[in-house]
Amino acid sequence: MNAPAETVEIALTVNGERVKHTVPARMNLADFLRIELELTGTHVGCEHGVCGACTVRVDGEIVRGCLLFACQADGCKVDTVEGLSDSREIEELQSAFVLTNALQCGFCTPGILMAAQALLRDLPNPTREQIREYLSGNYCRCTGYQAIVDAIEAVAKARVSRSK
Amino acid sequence: MKAPRFAYARPASVAEALALLDKHRDEARVLAGGQSLVPMLNFRVAAPKVLVDINRIAALSGIKVTKSHVRIGALTRHVDLERSADIARHLPLVAAAVPHIAHPAVRNRGTFGGSCALADPAAELPACALALGATFVVAGKRGERRIAADDFFRGLYATALKSGELLVAAEFPLARPGYVSAFGELARRHGDYAITGIAAHGSTQGGKFSGLRVVFFGVGDRPQLAAHFARALEGQPAAAKSVAAALSKLDADLAPRADLYSSAATKLHLAKVLAGRVLGGLLP
Repeated sequence: MNAPAETVEIALTVNGERVKHTVPARMNLADFLRIELELTGTHVGCEHGVCGACTVRVDGEIVRGCLLFACQADGCKVDTVEGLSDSREIEELQSAFVLTNALQCGFCTPGILMAAQALLRDLPNPTREQIREYLSGNYCRCTGYQAIVDAIEAVAKARVSRSK
Repeated sequence: MKAPRFAYARPASVAEALALLDKHRDEARVLAGGQSLVPMLNFRVAAPKVLVDINRIAALSGIKVTKSHVRIGALTRHVDLERSADIARHLPLVAAAVPHIAHPAVRNRGTFGGSCALADPAAELPACALALGATFVVAGKRGERRIAADDFFRGLYATALKSGELLVAAEFPLARPGYVSAFGELARRHGDYAITGIAAHGSTQGGKFSGLRVVFFGVGDRPQLAAHFARALEGQPAAAKSVAAALSKLDADLAPRADLYSSAATKLHLAKVLAGRVLGGLLP
């Protein structure tokens, strides 16, 4: 692909399903997921990479859905909170969030679940300080973060004790 | 907001990218990691007609160690620097700086070359490149040219890159024996833009400071090499009291401007506090 174009044909895998679409080049990945695929679990907050509500996984790594154009995800494997929920990959985190009251309005929760799952992959037994540092890119305006850190810490401890 | 309309091109090679940049000149912008450019598009601070997405040009990625230097490809992502054993071993200053850049999801996309080519005055990697005396490798229609970091950063978001040129890599000389480095920054929250930060590199062999390069960022329109400060420390005992005695020289090196959060005086004060701390990290 070489000649600049305002619309782009893309083919990608979203939550394990192949999808093909023609998108405006300016459409970001979060809007593509929400509007074109009706996967509204990915939230759009600040639209400039600060709040973390749009966090999704592209080729296995978490990214800001608002800072990647859908056309850039052509050929990529995209996972959203719906996919991780359906596959039960984040089941423990979801239960822990409910148990510790780690959400109130829930707007930030999908992004935080995506980030927390990535954290526990890279750092299976994080300190509370490391959890806070990792989540510094995800804003929550309800909980004050305490319960979120509690939930993630509880899941980490449970996973570590199981793997012993 | 959403990005304005633009035409998107995804060249597969440096040659194709250069042809596009040459054709569209000032109407084109290079899209690397997009972690600063896309917010600028969304804010409508930038509205290029053409975006040249270099993310699929494999030749621009990677870290290579030779006998004389470490070469970092422009498209190397922050996360690659963070996880690289070569960077940890040969460029500990860069390894120390990367965790301070934004947040994990941003570091997964943001690139070394993007950060240097944008030249945000509060950015970590331009300061490291300047402290370590890196050389930038730039490709253009007429071939490659090399620009020393000292000549590369020209002002607020301004570099020596010319229209139609593409930053392809930077070469960092391997550290000489006895050279050590230290990094630190002050920010209100982890990952926020630095109020001020320091990248320092030099020798403390034989218990004396020599060859120091101390670069401040977030306190001027570009990374600032503190030459008066380094000169005052040259040959002095590598001890906290030498650093404390030289701090007043920073008045000649730095002229910070007030920003939304801090007055000029606060910034200068914090720069000195941080200099004491970071230089302390160089001491044997």
